[in-house]
Amino acid sequence: MEKLLNWIDARFPLTSLWESQWGKYVAPRNFNFWYYFGSLATLVLVMQIVTGIFLTMNYKPDAEKAFGSVEYIMRDVQWGWLIRYMHSTGASLFFVVVYLHMFRGLMYGSYRKPRELLWIFGCLIYLTLMGEAFFGYLLPWGQMSYWGAQVIVNLFSTVPLIGEGLGTWIRGDYTISDITLNRFFAFHVIAFPLILLGLVAAHLMALHEVGSSNPDGIEIKGQGKDPKTGLYLDGIYSHPYYTIKDIVGVVVFLAVFSAIMFFVPEMGGYFLEANNFIPADPLKTPEHIAPVWYFTPYYAILRAVPSFMDSQFWGVLAMGVAVLIFFFLPWLDKGAVRSIRYRGTLYKSWLAAFVISFIILGYLGVVPVTVWGQFPESWPILGGADKATVVARILTVVYFLFFFLMPWYTRRDRTKPVPERVR
Amino acid sequence: MKTIATLLSLLICGAALASGGADLRLDPAPIHRLDAESLQRGARNFVNYCLNCHSAKYMRYERLKDIGLTEQQIKDNLMFGTDKIGSTMTVAMTPAEGKAWFGAVPPDLSVEARVRGADWLYNYLLGFYRDDSTPTGWNNLVFPNVGMPHVLWTLTGPNTLVSTEFENHEKALAASIAKKGLVRVDPAPGGKYLVRTVTPDPNAAGSMMPADYRAFVADLVNYMDYMAEPTRNERVRLGIVVMLYLAVLFVLVYALKRMYWKDVH
Repeated sequence: MEKLLNWIDARFPLTSLWESQWGKYVAPRNFNFWYYFGSLATLVLVMQIVTGIFLTMNYKPDAEKAFGSVEYIMRDVQWGWLIRYMHSTGASLFFVVVYLHMFRGLMYGSYRKPRELLWIFGCLIYLTLMGEAFFGYLLPWGQMSYWGAQVIVNLFSTVPLIGEGLGTWIRGDYTISDITLNRFFAFHVIAFPLILLGLVAAHLMALHEVGSSNPDGIEIKGQGKDPKTGLYLDGIYSHPYYTIKDIVGVVVFLAVFSAIMFFVPEMGGYFLEANNFIPADPLKTPEHIAPVWYFTPYYAILRAVPSFMDSQFWGVLAMGVAVLIFFFLPWLDKGAVRSIRYRGTLYKSWLAAFVISFIILGYLGVVPVTVWGQFPESWPILGGADKATVVARILTVVYFLFFFLMPWYTRRDRTKPVPERVR
Repeated sequence: MKTIATLLSLLICGAALASGGADLRLDPAPIHRLDAESLQRGARNFVNYCLNCHSAKYMRYERLKDIGLTEQQIKDNLMFGTDKIGSTMTVAMTPAEGKAWFGAVPPDLSVEARVRGADWLYNYLLGFYRDDSTPTGWNNLVFPNVGMPHVLWTLTGPNTLVSTEFENHEKALAASIAKKGLVRVDPAPGGKYLVRTVTPDPNAAGSMMPADYRAFVADLVNYMDYMAEPTRNERVRLGIVVMLYLAVLFVLVYALKRMYWKDVH
């Protein structure tokens, strides 16, 4: 065995790759609950790719056959239903895991210097994932697939001057059609997974280069080394410590995953929408089109922005900025400390306001704008306006202020002194 | 550019319109996914009454073995045409004919229960009543002005609509709660509200007693619910096994983690 390993190592850096990326990678010893989601995201990515391969064996990217081929997978393919549900549940849980992973970054300032590039790779993964999910959602060719794609592609059509052509270029047709389905299939199964894998590799390499941050935001590389072990004082080897800890996380995650997949695979219409069991019909617009839950905060922002100068583009612009602004966090945050544990009330309040806005916007993106009724006609300014729209506008402002005011409130924040060693 | 703006605003307003107005209270469908006899009766009801206009083109006859039928039973009792046991449930009527005869193509029912939900289907089939103002002579409390006629009317008789007017929403709601079963509350002119229910016509009874008809519909809906996802029982069964496995695995890996981490803390 050792001979074989030596033979390989002389020709390929197998041992050194394993050791630098995981085996001898030194991580802080104080990772908490929030540090499970990186490994879980990798797990879901692998699951999506493997189940995706099997789905591709039976799925037909053809407007006439797509819907039927999904039902064929659900009924006639051996274990097809399980593979399909794993893929559909995995899609939603991928976003759950990624959102929690990103929130961890916000809480503990993981994006701060020297981890800017690590954070940017992460943001690119998030962006790619959104594209991957969007392309994938068209494939079952149900009503929501069709009209959801119609709405999203039309967003690009609102871009001034080039919009109309841009929409046609994306679709390859004047409406969503068989041609669109074929190219979205290509993007979903080849192009975007490739980009995603490349970015994930870059993200992990960057992480293992700069080293992990931790809930205290203390740079363990700045500490001295333990003379006995030769490691940083608060560092431990990933393997076996985080290997086994992450496996515990994986088992708990799989329990949550299985509970959803086996008992409520539709998740009350949030993971699989009822309307998507109706085959796509270009002549029949559904009464209520809402994107899948993971896009709804941005959809709510889009709807909240009023049209201006006879153009809907401003909403689209706001939505785009709302996603892209995450890239700039490392430079917006001027705080003296990284972790929320040593931040003052200012940052904590803003983060809380941001999270609340994000969640309520997510809810408002699912429901019709009339959900809470209207303000009485007699009220000044607000009279007759949909309450939900007004709330969405306020929350959109809060969402953006969290980022735009960050240089100001993080600088002013009364932080606590950071200790030498992790807790 | 303009069409896009229109479409966007349409989406936003369309959502607004959809939520306003009627208030429909559905009677929960008394069905159970493990009741094989009910599913078998439902399959019979489905092939006898639905499978003339509506197809179930993703459902194979052979699949009915799931609900405890043998191949011979399926062939003898549930298949009438020249279909083979491995065929799916198709109909001779073309979509164009359906469109011409009913004004809308009767939808394929393979996954209808996943679109509408069992409760909706149950109440829809109880919601038909006589209405001379429509082309078919029938109307529906759950799906107003639906193109489908009351196919099951010989069983129920021609139901009638009972409509009571109340002066405000509170009173209408109170009255609707007092009623059993399917109720619809609609705004009426002059700020008033209508509470509407469907009742059997005492002068023209159908071939079934109302309670028997409800059981007939429940079986049918139970079957449609099964047909929309034939693997459901298998899914739940496997789910329980997987959860138990994960519970045991959790205990083991957690103990292992504690062992490894003893020297860290």
